[in-house]
Amino acid sequence: MEKDKEKIKNKLMNDLANLLGNKLLEVLEKHGEFEIVLEDAVIEVDELRILIQPSLLRRMVEVPAVEEAVGMAVTELIETKFAEPEMKWDGKIVEVNMGATPSEGGTRDRSFTIGGETMPPIYRLLGVEEAMPHRPVIAMDVFDMRIPLPKSIKLHFDEVMDDPAEWAKRCVNKYHAEMINLHLISTDPYIKDTPANEAIKVVEDVMQAVKVPITVGGSGNPEKDQELFIKISDIVDGEKVLLNSLNLDMKLEDIAEYIRNKDCIVIAFTPMDLDKARELNRKLFDYLPRERIIMDTNTAGIGYGLDYGFSVMERARLAALMGDKELQQPIAAGVTNAWAAREAWLKMDVFWGPREIRGPLWETSTALINLLAGADYFMMMHPFSIETLNKIIDYLMRFSPPDPGAIMDWVGSELG
Amino acid sequence: MPWKAISPIEVYKILPRTNCKECGEENCMAFAVKLVNMETKIEKCTPIIKEDKYKKALEKLTELLSPQVREIEIRSPKKTIKIGGEYVMHRHELTYINPAPIAIDIDDNMSKDEIVKRIDFVEHFEYEYIGRKLNLDLLAIRSVSNDPNKFKEVVKFVSENTSLPLILCTFNPKVMEAGLSVLPDSRPLLYAATKDNWREMGELALKNDLPIVVYSPGDIDTLMTLANTLSKAGISDIALDPGTFVGPNGLRYTLSTFTMLRWKACNEDDKLAGYPLIGTPITAWKMIEGEKDQKMWWETLMAVMLLTRYSNLLIMHSLEGWSYLPVVMWRFNLYTDPRRPVAVDPGVRTIGDPKEDSPVMVTGNYALTYSLVGMDIQSGKVDCYLVITDTEGIAVECAVPGRKFLPEGIAEVLKTSKLDEKVKHRYLIIPGKAARLSGDIEDVTGWKVIVGPQDSKDIPKFVSEKWDPKKLSEIYGN
Repeated sequence: MEKDKEKIKNKLMNDLANLLGNKLLEVLEKHGEFEIVLEDAVIEVDELRILIQPSLLRRMVEVPAVEEAVGMAVTELIETKFAEPEMKWDGKIVEVNMGATPSEGGTRDRSFTIGGETMPPIYRLLGVEEAMPHRPVIAMDVFDMRIPLPKSIKLHFDEVMDDPAEWAKRCVNKYHAEMINLHLISTDPYIKDTPANEAIKVVEDVMQAVKVPITVGGSGNPEKDQELFIKISDIVDGEKVLLNSLNLDMKLEDIAEYIRNKDCIVIAFTPMDLDKARELNRKLFDYLPRERIIMDTNTAGIGYGLDYGFSVMERARLAALMGDKELQQPIAAGVTNAWAAREAWLKMDVFWGPREIRGPLWETSTALINLLAGADYFMMMHPFSIETLNKIIDYLMRFSPPDPGAIMDWVGSELG
Repeated sequence: MPWKAISPIEVYKILPRTNCKECGEENCMAFAVKLVNMETKIEKCTPIIKEDKYKKALEKLTELLSPQVREIEIRSPKKTIKIGGEYVMHRHELTYINPAPIAIDIDDNMSKDEIVKRIDFVEHFEYEYIGRKLNLDLLAIRSVSNDPNKFKEVVKFVSENTSLPLILCTFNPKVMEAGLSVLPDSRPLLYAATKDNWREMGELALKNDLPIVVYSPGDIDTLMTLANTLSKAGISDIALDPGTFVGPNGLRYTLSTFTMLRWKACNEDDKLAGYPLIGTPITAWKMIEGEKDQKMWWETLMAVMLLTRYSNLLIMHSLEGWSYLPVVMWRFNLYTDPRRPVAVDPGVRTIGDPKEDSPVMVTGNYALTYSLVGMDIQSGKVDCYLVITDTEGIAVECAVPGRKFLPEGIAEVLKTSKLDEKVKHRYLIIPGKAARLSGDIEDVTGWKVIVGPQDSKDIPKFVSEKWDPKKLSEIYGN
């Protein structure tokens, strides 16, 4: 009996010591307090010696008190300031003037400057000047012949699509186009093969019909475009017209040399390839001042290669701002390419909504992504997309402090 | 410092170097290469995970490979979603890792019918794009009633009717606690701790080991204060919401703040900025006046901009398919690994059951091009041979001016596939967008070229109207 009692006592003491030593904290944290009920056992207190660590004792006293307050080790906010990042950008984008007013030697009613950035867009909390020193400019597309267009665009231009001058007028008068981006696609040998001499009359007509600065594009056929651009540069001298576009397939020693002493601006097109963009710029620098070169690194619509277009554009701009002089030209973005996405124009299952909304949504979204990558000059089609992009450029160009109250409780609001 | 590629040698030195092959690789060096390319996970190396003697090595490796933006898991009993975990600010520096999940909201004043409708919308949303399925991801339950019991009931109802992970949204800790009480086996994201409720909300997150959003619209110092405080209190999974402002007052603030936070995380190793960022385009429904369409229009544009500028999760409200279509497609594009073009192998594909007089068509090897052209031909029940030429994963309209749609490439495929033995005629139908290469293709391949439609959806019509090898040989001679 005596032996058994001793055994039980020893075991109990061990258990209790163990409990208090290792489990007490856990138990305390879980329950706050606990009670041990021992039946049919008499423990003489003087035999039970338990060593409790002072730190444990402190915890035993503190735990309930802390739980009442927070349960977290930290009871007050630790004031922390957000410091704007230290950034160092060494490069600056070249400023390019587009269009010439009478005082600048032309006949346009306005002119624009793009470029001049010393940091990527939206890279500052306060002060927009460095990030977007000049407002990006949007040109509206006009074609020199009726072409197949998505329904939601066509409905805005159907009656004027056989007359480029009227088409341009509609863009400017009704949709407030800042610039016209004229495409002489009928000159394509595989389309109508319109002779250059005839095509340049369309340029004259459009220049007469509207007074905004213009861009003139060819068909993409390198030989024909070369011939065309030479003729155009003769008739528009003094107007700072943009030629859309020069590329590595052309005989640059001919075309760039010819326009050296004119004042037209060139868009240097390369197909989503930075090395080629550099190569083309390098070649053009031999003939033209940098102030006359804009580069088009090529873009595409969401779902149709925009990942390439976006990353190439962003890489170009970041490299330029880090000092790469071969990429420091303002960037043109052919956002109209967004319409190549079927989701923009195809009639789809009713679940996906009407194409009349999908189309402009596609073009606007594509434009915004290009804007965030650093585009300075946009070529677009749908009036509503252009209107929206202009609004967003407004919002980004000025700093208007946010009103936290406007959204603070979105969580608890009925949203309809 | 900006993210720099880690050398596989550096990783190899830390690994056990026993070449045990348990990870599935031939040797530890191969595993190291995959690790630095983010193509495998440390967990695959069983020895380093399990054996005590590698404890230090594991710690070192984890530190070396840890992302600039913390990776956080949100879980339901059946599904896990990861947010954050990003290494770089710009995708071209490496690749983005975890596509930002999209949550759609449910509020506790909605009828059961409406709730079911919203759950169904998220669960059934699916768009097929280049052979992948694009989906929505989770549900955000908001307490509008501010009534703990009501919230609890709705959270319970939702969790019984979906297996999607959840975000619980309320600023009232009592409501939050009630909601949590019915989700014992989940790891929902708590939205949100503010300067007014951070003690109680923080405690809920700490006690239950849950991820929590700190929210301070328009006040970035307070946002940092909250993140710092909660992290010092021992909470490791924190996300940041600096406020999504739509429209003239605050759009710039929002985009700048997201950008600056990510800059600090990736370039200055700032741990507080290095938490996932939460975007809430849903605020368009509060900030934009006018018709519903207007609100949805801006909500989508906001989502597109926030995706582009570093948001790691989006909460939205619209229930229209078009609102999400550009968002899920752009998300797919943005998170595509830029190190590999989305391309299919060049060669000849047989569609349907082509015979010796069936048409031979040419397209590029961009995965999207191939998938669309293939679908259009199949759905038009056209039997044909499809020649896929190597355009380096670029779409035809860009490959043509970019000199990547090459006659030599087409000739190569024709030669290696011995297509000239399979068909009797010598006609190639090329994409309308490649029309101006007709002459070159004829010269190089020796086959006659027929310019096909501008868009592949017109292929079936084109073939039924124009394809007749006999007649063609009368016109062109053979």
